[in-house]
This record gives sequence, structure tokens and C-alpha cells, in this order.
Amino acid sequence: MERAALPRRLTWQTGTVAQLVDETARTKSIVLDVPGWPGHRAGQHIDVRLTAEDGYQAQRSYSIASAPEDGHVVLTVQHLDDGEVSPYLTRELRIGDELELRGPIGGYFVWDAELGGPLLLVGGGSGIVPLRAMLRHYLAVGSAVPLRLLYAARSLRDVIYQDELIRMREDDGLDIRFTLTRRRPPGWSGYARRIDVPLLAEVAFLSDRRSLTYICGPTGFVETAAGSLVELGHDPSRIRTERFGPTGA
Amino acid sequence: MSVSRGFHGRRRTDIDPARVPPGQYVTGDFPVLSAGPTPHTPLSEWTFDIRGAVGAPVSWSWDELLALPSETPTVDIHCVTKWSKLDTTWRGVSVDALLDGVETAGAYVLAFCDGGYTTNLPLEDITGGKAWIAFEYRGEPLAPEHGGPARLLVPHLYFWKSAKWVRGLELRDHDEPGFWEAYGYHMYGDPWKEQRYRGD
Repeated sequence: MERAALPRRLTWQTGTVAQLVDETARTKSIVLDVPGWPGHRAGQHIDVRLTAEDGYQAQRSYSIASAPEDGHVVLTVQHLDDGEVSPYLTRELRIGDELELRGPIGGYFVWDAELGGPLLLVGGGSGIVPLRAMLRHYLAVGSAVPLRLLYAARSLRDVIYQDELIRMREDDGLDIRFTLTRRRPPGWSGYARRIDVPLLAEVAFLSDRRSLTYICGPTGFVETAAGSLVELGHDPSRIRTERFGPTGA
Repeated sequence: MSVSRGFHGRRRTDIDPARVPPGQYVTGDFPVLSAGPTPHTPLSEWTFDIRGAVGAPVSWSWDELLALPSETPTVDIHCVTKWSKLDTTWRGVSVDALLDGVETAGAYVLAFCDGGYTTNLPLEDITGGKAWIAFEYRGEPLAPEHGGPARLLVPHLYFWKSAKWVRGLELRDHDEPGFWEAYGYHMYGDPWKEQRYRGD
């Protein structure tokens, strides 16, 4: 186990919406000014609390999309049709609104430069969000450890942070690869299949390089990606996962 | 507490609010959360051990565990990530049955698991019919992603205390943080007091 965060009481704070960014048709980034924000590590999350006029409250957890070096706390929220909180955050929230939050939370699914590498990031769908914080941190501190990112999305339209990721690949030379599992644009040169052992064998570092791996996505995706890497000889203790979404069970 | 402009919420009328701890919402799904890959220990190598501050350590093989009298609790479970699930049905061996005859002066346990996960609990929270080593969920063998072959089931505490892939209990004189507790989660984790994080 890596170093634990220092125990600190987490109190509710108020953030103000400074900017809203449409990332895809279903996801929106919420840029927050949080006075007195204690800082966070890439990969951590926060709790958001909404309160109705009659005092009814709802809480949810969201990954932080911004790097510790960024001036704002950014959340990227996917709209869920049957959701209670995400429709409010993606459709109702306006610039200047206040949002109650507390954090940062979690200390295991985090990467900071001193953890080293090689660093393998594997994201499915909105599982890219905490990995994007890691990418931004990686660039902000000028880390030189080898890095690869594999990002699986249904189609190019579902790729969150598309422009930024392509810029990181073109301008910063990061090894960022996409796989589109349902629809591909004409002339698509990236991967075009679901994640499995052969795809990870192609993308992952060889197991003897003892890469540090972070996998985030829906349960089935994470099970497959983590299980495939173990099958390829990767040390399970070097694979950290974050899962979300329902299962059939 | 400040009102969120334009938020009305979606109150469920089909659920008794008295069954839902503060800050939780009820889901029909069974979300999966774990820190690393799902371990797959062959049942032929699987044991359940009670060790630490005990008169003599005890160990059961998989077949020996299944041969013990089992119970079928129906319980509500509450995850610190805010979801609760009502009326979940399990089969497992009561921790009372496993601790029967074990001599200990320890007041705490650290549950340990395949994959290296641990969690700490007061001994009195897993005795007296409050905890099980569960190996069936809804009449089926417990799926690996939900902690199969067996997980600890301590429904009155947040569900991270119900350690997946559990392999034993270590009795202790002192309360030492387990995996998530060392990362700032609450040492005890009572959902009704909303003890999510250290200091709650």
C-alpha cells in the first residue's frame, strides 16, 4: 500500500460555477471556483450535495477532472436519463450558481509524479475523467516516465476531451490511442474493437517493465481490462481500478 | 446548507424513507467497487483462517466451511458511494459459528482478503448475529466481482466493511485502520450517523 493521505476532517464547502463546457452531447464539464480548496491529487473525487427548497438533499460522488496544478476544480458529468443529480448538473446548472461539495476523497486511485512509471492508463467511456487529471498532472510536472493511454469509446462523438487528447498526442508527443467499439468515421486509423487480451498485449508495456496501471470505466470494461493484464503477466498489485455503473447481478 | 437553485429532487414514494440512511439513494442495481483486479483463488487452495490474538488459530477448507450450518439473511446494504440496496438475500455462515470455541482477549478484528484488501471492525460488531461469511447471493454462488467465493457481510456498517474475497479474521488488541480507513475513510462507518470519512 502506498502512502496514505493525512487524516483531515472533510467539511462541506461552496464552489461557484465559473464555466460550463459541453464535452459531448451527454457530458458537460463544470469549472468551479472553490475558495479555500485544500488541493487534491490526480485521480481523487469529491462529493456533491444538492438541496431542494424543502430541505430534501441528494449526494453523489464525481471524479475530479482537473490536475492539482490547475486553478479550478473541474467535474465532468455524464447525463443519465434516469438519474436524479446528473440531469440537474448537466441541464439546470448555470454560471454563477453555487454548488456544495466536500473533498478530496480517496487516496489509492491516484497518480502523482513520485509514483513513477511506466504509466499505463486505460479508460472506458466517462472513465477517462480521472485519467485526464493524471494526464494534465503528468504534463504540468514535466514527468519523463513512459506513458500510454488507451481510451475506449463507442464512437468519435462519445470521446470526451477529444481536442485536448489529440493536442496532447500531436503537440506533446503522448502515446494516446483510441478504440471505437461501435461506429468509426471513414478513414479511421485507430483501433476498432472492444478491449480484450490481444488489444492489451499490443498496447500495454511488457509485464517485466512493472508498469503502474490505472483502469477506470464501467464494471464489465474494468473486469476485462484488469483480468486481461493479469493474464498477460502483470502484477495485480500494480493495477489500480475504479469502477462505476450497474451490473446484471 | 444552501438551497440549490432549480433543484427539486426525485423523492421515491415506493420506499419507506426510514429504511434509507442520510445521504443515500436506493438503487435496484448492484454496483461493483474494488481497488484492483478481481482475484481468482481455486477453491482447492481456499481456506478461512482465524488468527492473531487467539488461544489457538483455526482454519477451515472450502468444504469444511460449507459443511457448517448456514443462515439466509435478508438485509439492506449501504455503500459509502451513496447507493443503498434493500432486501438483499444471502446465504452464509454466521461469524458466531466460526468464533465459537475461539479464546481471545482481543476486542477488534482485521478482516484480510485475497488481493491484499483489509478492513477493521470491533469484534462486537461481527458477533451476536450481526455478520456472516456469505457465499451465495440471491440463491446463486456469489459472483467473483461481488466478492466470491466468499465475502464478509456486515450490513449494519457501510459496505466497504463487508470485505470481498475474505480469507480470514485477525483478532487484535487495538483498532488499526484497514485499507480504506488508512486513506481517510471512517474507522467505524455507521451509515445512520453518516460516518463516511475520518472526523464524520
